[in-house]
Amino acid sequence: MGLLDQEFTEGNIVIAKTEDLFNWARLSSLWQVGFGLACCAIEMMATSASHYDFDRFGVIPRPSPRQSDVIIISGTVTLKMAIRVKRLYEQMPDPKYVISMGSCANCGGPYWEHGYHVLKGVDRVIPVDVYVPGCPPRPEALLEGLLKLQEKIRNESIVKKIA
Amino acid sequence: MKSAEEIFNLIKEKFGDSIIELKSDKPVEPFIVVNPLEVDKICLFLRDEKELLFDSLMNLSGVDDANGEKVKDEKGLETFNGGTLSVYYHLESTSLKHKLTLKASANREKPEIVTVTESWKCADWHEREAYDMYGIVFLNHPDLRRILMPYDWEHGYPLRKDYKNPEFYQGMKVPY
Repeated sequence: MGLLDQEFTEGNIVIAKTEDLFNWARLSSLWQVGFGLACCAIEMMATSASHYDFDRFGVIPRPSPRQSDVIIISGTVTLKMAIRVKRLYEQMPDPKYVISMGSCANCGGPYWEHGYHVLKGVDRVIPVDVYVPGCPPRPEALLEGLLKLQEKIRNESIVKKIA
Repeated sequence: MKSAEEIFNLIKEKFGDSIIELKSDKPVEPFIVVNPLEVDKICLFLRDEKELLFDSLMNLSGVDDANGEKVKDEKGLETFNGGTLSVYYHLESTSLKHKLTLKASANREKPEIVTVTESWKCADWHEREAYDMYGIVFLNHPDLRRILMPYDWEHGYPLRKDYKNPEFYQGMKVPY
């Protein structure tokens, strides 16, 4: 948004639509649920670490779903875990967003046929905003997924949610 | 250090008919087939006998031998009539540096094998896994519950060769 790229010399007023302001605030501090599932979680943690630095987008892991904005489903969702994932999602306050990370969370991945214990896509239990392909996706891909989510939030309306 | 043959002769002498045979014609290491209802006593002996000292159970795994007669039910699903489910035990003696493989088979209709948790505590979870995946019941086991699948799973034992995945589990569609 670049609100502060101009130098303020004296008392000034910035005029903006509340919608833009809210969206800007929301997309700039997406706290994620501190939660990982499988090998994708390792890549997600690498994204959080200093080299890729998720924090520069305002993403920090929050150890409670009640104080989180986004949940990154990073890995294989087993049937046993799907129930827990759904409960985590339900505990998050609105507005809440879901990033499905990697092939397993997207569609079951390599377990699609013989995985008797795997849910074939996390979108069967919770609504997904952004799908990040890869097995596992590189940190750059996850960052791209986050930018896509930010783009989506930027165009939201506080009156009604635009898909 | 003892070979499988020497160990076989040693326990054959002690347990007689409970020790069924020594199989050494396979491309894998030789293994001893034993009576599934006597396996606890045999294992205790293998662990404590001075010449054997098998102090470590390296692995315990279930196997579906799929050696029954294949039959199709009215829905066209293949199942097995008869045949066996087996458990393989891989033992090692860390002090005497020898290894041994045991096999115990139980019939598919009522697969019951005596637990070896008396001999090795680590057998507990291995046996729970074999129970979870193949439905092999370990008699006298201290805590025989499912270990990997959900506790309320009612759709059978997934690693059996005639297993069919359910359509739904707790309202979630399971097939792709």
